[in-house]
Amino acid sequence: MSRFFNASLCRRGTKTLLVLAVAGVSSAALAVDHFSGVGRQATPAEVKAWDIDVRPDFKGLPKGSGSVDQGQELFEAKCASCHGTFGESNEVFTPLVGGTTKDDMKTGRVKGLSSGELPQRTTFTKVATISTVFDYIQRAMPWTAPKSLKPDEVYAILAYLLNLSEMVPGDFVLSDKNIADVQKLLPNRHGMTTEHGLWPGAAAAKGGIGNGGKPDTQNKACMKNCKPGAVIGSTLPDYARTAHGELYDQNRNFGPVRGTRTLGADAVAAPVAANPNLELATKNGCMACHGLNAKIVGPGYNEVLARYQGQADAEGRLVAKVKAGGQGVWGSVPMPPNGHLKDEELKTLVKWILSGAK
Amino acid sequence: MGDIVKQPGRLRPAPENFLSEEQVKAVAAGRRDFLRKSFLAAGAALSAPLVARASEGDANILQNPAWTTSLGQPVAARPYGMPSQYESQLLRRESPGLARVGGASVSFAPLQGLFGIITPSGLHFERHHQGWHDIDPSKHRLMVNGSDDSLLKKAKVYTLDELMRLPSASRIHFIECGANTGLEWGNVAVPTVQYTHGMISCSEFTGVPLKYLLDDCGVDYKKARYVLAEGADGSSMTRTIPMEMVESGEVMVAYGQNGEMLRPENGYPLRLVVPGVQGVSWVKWLRRIEVGDMPYATKDEAVHYIDLLPNGLHRQYSSIQEAKSVITTPSGGQTLLDKGFYNVSGLAWSGRGRIKQVDVSFDGGINWQTARLEGPVQNKALTRFNTNWVWDGKPAILQSRAIDETGYVQPSYGQLRAVRGTKSIYHNNAIQSWKVIESGEVSNVQVL
Repeated sequence: MSRFFNASLCRRGTKTLLVLAVAGVSSAALAVDHFSGVGRQATPAEVKAWDIDVRPDFKGLPKGSGSVDQGQELFEAKCASCHGTFGESNEVFTPLVGGTTKDDMKTGRVKGLSSGELPQRTTFTKVATISTVFDYIQRAMPWTAPKSLKPDEVYAILAYLLNLSEMVPGDFVLSDKNIADVQKLLPNRHGMTTEHGLWPGAAAAKGGIGNGGKPDTQNKACMKNCKPGAVIGSTLPDYARTAHGELYDQNRNFGPVRGTRTLGADAVAAPVAANPNLELATKNGCMACHGLNAKIVGPGYNEVLARYQGQADAEGRLVAKVKAGGQGVWGSVPMPPNGHLKDEELKTLVKWILSGAK
Repeated sequence: MGDIVKQPGRLRPAPENFLSEEQVKAVAAGRRDFLRKSFLAAGAALSAPLVARASEGDANILQNPAWTTSLGQPVAARPYGMPSQYESQLLRRESPGLARVGGASVSFAPLQGLFGIITPSGLHFERHHQGWHDIDPSKHRLMVNGSDDSLLKKAKVYTLDELMRLPSASRIHFIECGANTGLEWGNVAVPTVQYTHGMISCSEFTGVPLKYLLDDCGVDYKKARYVLAEGADGSSMTRTIPMEMVESGEVMVAYGQNGEMLRPENGYPLRLVVPGVQGVSWVKWLRRIEVGDMPYATKDEAVHYIDLLPNGLHRQYSSIQEAKSVITTPSGGQTLLDKGFYNVSGLAWSGRGRIKQVDVSFDGGINWQTARLEGPVQNKALTRFNTNWVWDGKPAILQSRAIDETGYVQPSYGQLRAVRGTKSIYHNNAIQSWKVIESGEVSNVQVL
């Protein structure tokens, strides 16, 4: 009976639950009593398989090591297609390295963040904990094959990035033993503050982080003659008015208002013919790097066609290339292996490209 | 007819828009015979034997339309219902140029055409960090473990079968991406409310309070003051949650959304619900909860979702979405049809609790009137507000200002920038302004 009583109380919201907690009603005892037969103990192997996080104090860090040179090789093969050979590319994702100085390493604060000199923030201008970078590479990279890197490979790739950021020399070997020393060199290690009201926990004085929820702006709800006039500080630039297409078509054509015509009264939405091949390419991320008729990061499909047209074995060679990834044919940015595509899908896409990708 | 040409924004469409704009011009130019023919054509399209003259009334009344004189579709013709064919325009959409890769992009909810406070599940905004999967629920597992074994009695694994046997709660909450309105920190950048504010949605979520599971695992709440939530997608999205929130009972391991299971794009079959906190913490495809004694500094709380201040420091672990509101009708990219009465409608919300009051201004913030809050007004949920407006055809600047139950008043752009500068990306909750000009066109502007 009490189980259902408690469950229905939940619906009334937080306050009731807080009261329950304060009143010392032990929902812990309640839960354990009534959850019998639900859930089971995780085996050590299961916990090991999924408990992959690495904390700022390096709890969870796997044993291993990797050199800058090994990292460079791995980076070029697995990472450069999105991040550029030197982690500097802004083509697909924001740059990883750049914007930090030797002086920043001494102070632990990236000066460019306050001076306004930085055209772009990079991972290493922002990150204050090296565990963050290790953890993320290990859990989420490479983009198309997350969690495929072994610990030694993660160390190597991170060593390469540290070298690119001029934190460690070219003959450096990063390992679980010396990563804490690297932490002391991070250029923005003192660049974070938790003194703000947007962390919902207790204030720092009461053992939490943050300031206990105190806001940083104090507007007042004035109602009449609140200011002498309304000054418009910024309006929509003309190019931005049309960049999102025909706004007329993004609203109902009945009701109190209509979408504003942004592409002109004569613009009639062209019927979009179903294109399953293009959809397949888009769904699998191909169109992020290739245009139909233009180079983006990789060549346009028209350029691929021009190169392979008329070659008898073109289809087989291209299928193999797309599957395994490739480098050097179209410039310095390699294409990653595309193991996420099924063989049938690969063939369909290559046939489509070789027939003009229309 | 000349008025129509001079005042395009005041164009009153004929019933059912049977004239195109080109045809309206033709009529205005004196070709009235053309108007008669168009009426005939409209009548013929309905296969009506008799054509009513316009002077007798509306053809849509005088001639019974086909749906009144024929047999309709049977039940379950569409066993999982779809919107009307006439509702094809309000869709979630990407903002061009915002992201290069669809798997790490965002689609915005079309707030300009939604009603009430619940976002239809199919129009709920999406933000993925490594693409979405449609996960087989029979193979999905939730693990609860500790940063070390001293923090809980035993690490446990739950299946969906088991989680759905547990006492459930259903609550309505908003979820807002920390970057919502982020494009506009420096200046106006996008045309409509879909792109300025559409990274917010609100649903009724159903699930198990996380505290029940932590209790079940025997968590030591004195030591374990932080929770790490981890997803099952390629990015294995991870975020730190304060234990205070879990202990309050608000944080839920949810499987239901608006009466159905979660949609795959929103975390099917399991996601974390962290009311009041930015969306990135509502980990989708939730597969693991780890309790710990320190924050985790995961990528999305140490590299992204941090707020750059003018002094070069970043605010880290910023989570709460402060009180905010926006007028959705009328809003940027829309055109008012005529002078006269309008119901001005919008949404307000606060990550710190309930909305207490919303004020609306029609003169860019010089004078304000208090809007009606439509029920239900719920904790950390969207609240719909409405107010009356008679547009006199003159330029106006519409604003809304939310006040929550803590007394916090939504700030102006000037007030927010005075503290946080202009280089931030996240947590922009400044007062939004929509400018109306004589033609009835509404556009996005910023008033400091």
